Amino acid sequence: MEGLTLSEAEQRYYCDLFAYCDTESTKKVASNGRVLELFRAAQLPNDVVMQIMELCGATRLGYFGRSQFYIALKLVAVAQSGLPLRVESLNTVKDLPLPRFVVSKNEQESRHTALYSSDADNPASYSGVIPPPPGRIQVKKGSVSHDAVQQRTSTDQQESTSPVVSPQQSPPTSPHTWRKHSRHPSGGNNERPLAGPGPFWAPFSEAQPGSSTSSDPIWSGHSPPPHQENWVSFADTPPTSALLAMHPASVQDQTTVRTVASATTTNEIRRQSSSYDDPWKITDEQRQYYVNQFKTIQPDLNGFIPGSAAKEFFTKSKLPILELSHIWELSDFDKDGALTLDEFCAAFHLVVARKNGYDLPEKLPESLMPKLIDLEDSTEVGEQTGEVGYSSSPAEAPPSKSPSMPSLNQTWPELNQSSEQWETFSERSSSSQTLTQFDSNIAPADPDTAIVHPVPIRMTPSKIHMQEMELKRTGSDHTNPTSPLLVKPPDLPEENKMSSSVKYTPGNTVTDGYSSSDSYTSDPEQIGSSVTRQRSHSGTSPDNTAPPPPPPRPHPSHSRSSSLDMNRSFSVTPGQQQAGVVAYPPAVPPRPQPSQGAGPHVHRPVDAEGLIAHTSTSPQQIPEQPNFADFSQFEVFAASAVNKEEEDEIETHSEVLQVEKPSDSASSLRVAKADGRVEEKSSANVPSSAGKGTTPLAPPPKPIRRRLKSEDELRPEAEEHTQKTGVIAAVLASQPSIPRSVGKDKKAIQASIRRNKETNTVLARLNSELQQQLKDVLEERISLEVQLEQLRPFSHL
Amino acid sequence: MAVCVAVIAKENYPLYIRSVPTENELKFHYTVHTSLDVVDEKISAMGKALVDQRELYLGLLYPTEDYKVYGYVTNSKVKFVMVVDSSNTALRDNEIRSMFRKLHNSYTDIMCNPFYNPGDRIHSRAFDNMVNSMMMQVC
Repeated sequence: MEGLTLSEAEQRYYCDLFAYCDTESTKKVASNGRVLELFRAAQLPNDVVMQIMELCGATRLGYFGRSQFYIALKLVAVAQSGLPLRVESLNTVKDLPLPRFVVSKNEQESRHTALYSSDADNPASYSGVIPPPPGRIQVKKGSVSHDAVQQRTSTDQQESTSPVVSPQQSPPTSPHTWRKHSRHPSGGNNERPLAGPGPFWAPFSEAQPGSSTSSDPIWSGHSPPPHQENWVSFADTPPTSALLAMHPASVQDQTTVRTVASATTTNEIRRQSSSYDDPWKITDEQRQYYVNQFKTIQPDLNGFIPGSAAKEFFTKSKLPILELSHIWELSDFDKDGALTLDEFCAAFHLVVARKNGYDLPEKLPESLMPKLIDLEDSTEVGEQTGEVGYSSSPAEAPPSKSPSMPSLNQTWPELNQSSEQWETFSERSSSSQTLTQFDSNIAPADPDTAIVHPVPIRMTPSKIHMQEMELKRTGSDHTNPTSPLLVKPPDLPEENKMSSSVKYTPGNTVTDGYSSSDSYTSDPEQIGSSVTRQRSHSGTSPDNTAPPPPPPRPHPSHSRSSSLDMNRSFSVTPGQQQAGVVAYPPAVPPRPQPSQGAGPHVHRPVDAEGLIAHTSTSPQQIPEQPNFADFSQFEVFAASAVNKEEEDEIETHSEVLQVEKPSDSASSLRVAKADGRVEEKSSANVPSSAGKGTTPLAPPPKPIRRRLKSEDELRPEAEEHTQKTGVIAAVLASQPSIPRSVGKDKKAIQASIRRNKETNTVLARLNSELQQQLKDVLEERISLEVQLEQLRPFSHL
Repeated sequence: MAVCVAVIAKENYPLYIRSVPTENELKFHYTVHTSLDVVDEKISAMGKALVDQRELYLGLLYPTEDYKVYGYVTNSKVKFVMVVDSSNTALRDNEIRSMFRKLHNSYTDIMCNPFYNPGDRIHSRAFDNMVNSMMMQVC
């Protein structure tokens, strides 16, 4: 029943009837009601109708698909002709008048009948088993319980093997005959340019042009070789195959149905019929056949066929180049000019379909899309308009595809372009990556170090920054683990190449300073000064090249910055005390805390004693950390009265401190101590280095240190310094040891922020007071001048 | 949206030409033909051995009061000419470029088809679809 062959008239008629019955416009199923009604209209006895229904497979399937419907119609015609109802009769009976339906269709039928009758000259119409490849639908329907079906099945199997034979090979007898059969039917194919529509291979095997003539008798005679029996039976049910032609497209095309390939396709169709309404599905046999064909061209199943070879192969199908071109466009999924196995199967399938009269879809049907599994349901109905499939699964490239085949189809071009953009993207991103690592120059001792405090690199104090960074790096590491920064410094200082003496301390101090980043950075000025001092550190060249430290930087969240500021402040303070080494007035509060405190201290005339005193404090801290050890040296230096060494040391220390500044503040205390030390240093420096801004590393060390130191300094200094400074000192002193933000950057930062703010306010007050004082003093001066002028009798005449 | 799209072969004969408004097609054909001179002029002006993507896009060939003509040349000296309506909201250069890029890709796909002989008229449905998508929607 599979191979239902329909004449053109029949096709049209059946199509119309189906449309009539297709009340739901499903194009797949004719409503049973309508069908029954139609059959009743056929004026056939009920049992005949039942038989027809059974034969066409509707009973089995439960509904009337297109193929069933067509078969049924054909059977109705057969019955109406008085012929026995048999599946075989479907295709064998020629010139079967169209079924007549009494109902309204009658006119139609009669018309059609007339039409069809006139079409009787279509010998091949009935006989050709032209299993439209995709249209498997019918096939299955046809598969009604027929031995033929069974036979067919076996035949199919045979055929599957035979079709597998490369076109060049003469197919085995069965297919051979089959081919002839199909050839024959194809004879009726007007448009089929194929030499022998016959089996699909026929087109490929150019060696069989002439068999078409012989096919007819064989066909009709059903006297095929034993092999053929199956085929015959198969052929017997050409109507079924013809059903395939029912696809409207084929009807339109008319080239059809009788295509050779029908033989194979019939089988395939049969298989396919298993998948209802999947005209584009590839049956196993078909697939096998295709695979074998593929192998003939390309032994490696994972490889692909180059375009030229494929061109030759498909050209044999005698399809017009235009159609082949279109088929290629559809099947070459990834547009690479070569066909993988799946692509090849899809192309082959399309060719078969085309030869069977099916119009090529606009887009590749989903079932044909390259994928691992062939058997996939597609929504394809009889429509030739391919499913979207094509574009729907661009990425479906089956793994089976050769690796070289990208799994993208149309999206590929876009992707290519986008990939270009992506490439640039990545480049950009990579570059940006590098950009973000601004402190890459500093050897990050530990990842932690780098993480903790992103100390912004300041331009001015380059070296100091470096130191700071390093210190910070190492310091942060320490800080995080709650270990006071002081610990890490040791490395930093060395890295900083600070003067020997300073190395450790500065490192420590600096780290402390960093750790105590809470005290953000004090004043940039201080830092700047310290920077300058530190600069000198690098070469121990006490060049006060450091410009007046920039205004205090409010970088609360940056320990580094804070530490920088601290450093600066530290450095500044002593320098400033030196009157102008650092332009900052004493008011410049040591940043965040102790450093701030150090500031004022710095401003005050540093007194060695203070330093000493401070240094004395430092030793206390020293033991805590190696940094402090440095401080002890600091003390030594400090004790040794302000001198160059001190200065140097202070410088270095300050540098170290500054370096440490950036490091996270680990222990505020430490920092304080460091500050204290720094202050000492700075104070020592101040007196010693009149112009040097080499503040002892006061600034760098953690604000805490500064604070402590400032406290220390404050204490002794309070006596000496002016009230203001005392105030400041007091203020600073009031900033007790900063609570250690052990490893807590946030807290440290916040604390340092607070401290900074406090110092800010204090300093602001101080500033205002000083301003007031200045005013007063100026007034005095003016008054004095006036007096002088008055008193000077005619001094200048 | 383009009003007319044309693909010119290396020997300056058209491989594909399609206009939106069915009327005045001849006018567009003529326009494209005249634009070839401009294209050649630009190609010769480049005179560089290396032709990169940027140079493939020739840009505005010449404007008239009704429309503008853009050109694009491939490495194989196949030219794409696109006529856009001036009244159209000025299409950005990038859009024109992307349209040409799509054209180029589609053309490449056609080339990959072994059944296509270079120099033949282009009958690909896929190409037609792509061009249709680019053409102005004539209501």
